[in-house]
Amino acid sequence: MDLGNLASLKHFIPEMILVAGVLAIVIIDLAVRNKSRLGVLALIAAAASLLAIGLEPALSGAWLFHRMLVFDSFAIYFRTLIALAAVVAIWMSIGSEEVKSCDQGEYYAILLASTFAMFLMAESANLLMAYLALEFVSLTSYILTGFLRHNRRSLEAALKYLIYGGVASGTMIYGMSWIFGITGSLDFNVINKALSTPAHLPVLAVFIALVLILTGMGYKVASVPFHMWAPDVYTGAPIPITTFLAVGSKAAGFALLTRFFFPAISHLAAGGSWTALAGVDWPQLLLFVCIITMTLGNLAALQQTNMKRLLAYSSIAQAGYALMGFVVLSNDGIRAMLFYLFAYYVMDAGAFVVVMMVANSTGREDVDAYRGLAWRGGIVPALALTIFLFSLTGIPLTIGFIGKFYLFAAVIRGQFYILAIVGILNSVVSLYYYLKPVQMMFFEQPRGDEGSLRFQAWNYGLMGVLACATIAFGLYWSPIISFANRSLSFFTGPT
Amino acid sequence: MSHALTLITFVPIVGMVLILALPGAMKNAFKWIAAAATVPQLLIAIYLYEHFDTTTSAVQFAEKASWMPSYHITYFVGVDGISISMVLLTALIMFISTFASFGINRAEKGYYAMLLMLDTGMMGVFVSLDFFLFYIFWEVMLLPMYFLIGIWGGPRREYAAIKFFLYTLLGSVLILLAMLGLYYYSATPTFDLTQLAANSSHYSIGFQRIVWIALFIGFAIKIPAFPFHTWLPDAHVEAPTAISVILAGVLLKMGTYGILRVNFAVLPAASYQLAWLFLGVIGTINIVYGAMCAMAQTDYKKLIAYSSISHMGYVMLGMAAFTAAGINGAVLQMFNHGTITAMLFILVGVIYDRAHHREINGFGGLAQQMPIYTAITGFAFFAGMGLPGMSAFISEVLVLLGAWQTHPFMVVFGAATAVLTAGYLLWTFQRIYLGPLNEKYKDFPDLSFREAFTLVPLGIIVLILGVYPQAILGLLNTSLVHLNQVVLSTSGAAVAMVR
Repeated sequence: MDLGNLASLKHFIPEMILVAGVLAIVIIDLAVRNKSRLGVLALIAAAASLLAIGLEPALSGAWLFHRMLVFDSFAIYFRTLIALAAVVAIWMSIGSEEVKSCDQGEYYAILLASTFAMFLMAESANLLMAYLALEFVSLTSYILTGFLRHNRRSLEAALKYLIYGGVASGTMIYGMSWIFGITGSLDFNVINKALSTPAHLPVLAVFIALVLILTGMGYKVASVPFHMWAPDVYTGAPIPITTFLAVGSKAAGFALLTRFFFPAISHLAAGGSWTALAGVDWPQLLLFVCIITMTLGNLAALQQTNMKRLLAYSSIAQAGYALMGFVVLSNDGIRAMLFYLFAYYVMDAGAFVVVMMVANSTGREDVDAYRGLAWRGGIVPALALTIFLFSLTGIPLTIGFIGKFYLFAAVIRGQFYILAIVGILNSVVSLYYYLKPVQMMFFEQPRGDEGSLRFQAWNYGLMGVLACATIAFGLYWSPIISFANRSLSFFTGPT
Repeated sequence: MSHALTLITFVPIVGMVLILALPGAMKNAFKWIAAAATVPQLLIAIYLYEHFDTTTSAVQFAEKASWMPSYHITYFVGVDGISISMVLLTALIMFISTFASFGINRAEKGYYAMLLMLDTGMMGVFVSLDFFLFYIFWEVMLLPMYFLIGIWGGPRREYAAIKFFLYTLLGSVLILLAMLGLYYYSATPTFDLTQLAANSSHYSIGFQRIVWIALFIGFAIKIPAFPFHTWLPDAHVEAPTAISVILAGVLLKMGTYGILRVNFAVLPAASYQLAWLFLGVIGTINIVYGAMCAMAQTDYKKLIAYSSISHMGYVMLGMAAFTAAGINGAVLQMFNHGTITAMLFILVGVIYDRAHHREINGFGGLAQQMPIYTAITGFAFFAGMGLPGMSAFISEVLVLLGAWQTHPFMVVFGAATAVLTAGYLLWTFQRIYLGPLNEKYKDFPDLSFREAFTLVPLGIIVLILGVYPQAILGLLNTSLVHLNQVVLSTSGAAVAMVR
């Protein structure tokens, strides 16, 4: 189905709710003096959007807005994930001490707008739309990163983010122009058709174009070598925004990456395996990217003493793990990747919630601030953080293990043995730094001058939900995997 | 009892939940709840022992339920002769070590909760017949162990805990990869270990070898086999007494158990080819090297830890023999090592609680002050040396006899090490217990009732099995002879050679 502007709106309700939320916040912000309720309004908008995704009528797929966007089950999966990330980010913002000092109206309006843009990224069916959505996400992210205007670190992070982002997206749009030159279209489906007829295709030119495009997308998922911004930005941004970037923005990046590299420039054969079109060996390239991303992320994390920075490098490594599902070129792999992104959302967001709770109470973000946390009133956050960190390592009884299990299953099935070995060794290395805070919290005794800590019930609630989800889905993960399974179909429609 | 195995596995979890639910101020309640949780476990173990059919090698008390149908993952538990002996050992050691833990006086709530979680993890490993489930329990047991060493351990506990965790995780991720390989290349994708074993001829020999080695490394780290043994002395020295008891008594057996359960049963052809090197030679190195290291120690606990490494070598050597005597001896040695080493670690704990150090040369003449303690130590040392009339004598002789037919050269080393073992144990006994009494220790009390209570049952079992080994061998024999036949029959020419 190729829907026009008005007919598309029926399938655009979640996005419209977000836009309505943005407008409502901007207007109410002008009218009221007490801004503290704006966060709740944003939370309601994000939750309503999430609900709207759940209530969307079942449909095999459709083009929206004259083939700019595509509505299919793959988009539903990622929009759900992004909406969940937004809910967590807003929930955290309400409970964050850092954000209290900011202009609440602008903050929440931009956060919702960013969510909206990420939705568009997950749905793009056209390179131009993809570029616009990605830039929209980037612009809002720059602002949110630099939102702590009186904090030098925050400003520095925003500037670095802006410069890296500008270069990356410039490179990407240059690559898109090559694709347009080669295939004569920006539409994913038409590109696929053009590349499927290999006569006189300049393979080298296509390859260069893909590398250039990968720059922009790799930058969004923070894969090596476009990861350099991540540690600084994650450390400088307010913690809720760090969380939002780490789980939401990364998921949106993966959505775009998958949608471009699979339905647009690959061919699905029977039995759920994909082949790259036109003899372009991008899987080999991504294999290296994947291996280097996880190894470098883990090795760099070993040295970190700031929790946000440690989690930043860890999130680079986690993106590397998720890419394992990407490079095996099979539906098994994509399913594993989808599941892993959900697992990553639960555990990484959870870890950041605890980091924020500790930062709220102590004003510190370094690992040393966690000394003896379990013995000075923080036994529950300490246990929760331990669960999240073990999950990130991939220890059983947590969702992280199930995610890794699916990834390695896909890798072994695809016979990528080297990748499997590297991935496994990386898991072992990562244990070392994930254990650092755990040792600090449990094995060290608190120093005399550190009093008993108190945490807000609001944050306890979110932490509890995420910790329970980490364990519960580690024991019974059927709902998630069948959701991921349903989301494997890309709408490519009759042209 | 139709769900005996599920009960025996999850009873400790009930205790754990109860402990977690109570307020932290009820310090005294926790240890009694933990002790109470291990009693039904022991009773169920005895029930299983009574009702176990020793005439068949088939799986008994099996329970099966679907868990993840899309990946053919099931909750599948059951025991055969090999696992029931380990279930018995686990129930016994956990009962003993809960009482050995009563001296813990810090964060008791967490300690006993972790102890019970560890209990479930270990028991689960021994009853699982689904590889995925086996792996889950295998890993679950790591977490409480890490915290038990790390929070309640000695001065270098952080180092010991993380070393233990990293080593074992490296092993278990290799097991994970091997597990996935076995799953995808089996005749019909399954994690069911009995089915994998039944279709073992489906795997090509090259594939078997690779998977075998990956699994072996995973399990060898746990045994611990040379050169993966370096975590063990650290972990033992830093761990509290009861945790050392569990570590030596049960945890190490999981390695050799895994090799029997997975390597031997699922990959028999590769087992036959590789066992002489990986189990025979490395086992012999374990025996000799462990004993020599033990001789060089000045820390009482480290000495016992190395002697434990040495004694686990006999298990590996017996497994490499592929004779009925060898493999029976190996598993009997697993059981005996569990009881004897547990005694030795409790004995070390007794003196450490009083003196707060473990320097062998810092003691002397304790026999005058603590006669009962000294007598029991002497008994345990003789058991460790494998003197006739004690349980270890039977199992070590069986191992050596069994291995003599296939690996006579290794047996020479194994048998000669008995002299080294006697040497370091007697020398240690002399330095600590004999000679003039060190004045510093002249007001040490002898064994308390609780300490005696943890030691005496183990001693009785050592004596009984020394005289009547059939009590355990009867359980093992049918299953082990069957397993041995399976391995031998995969290589027809090899059978002739063994005869």
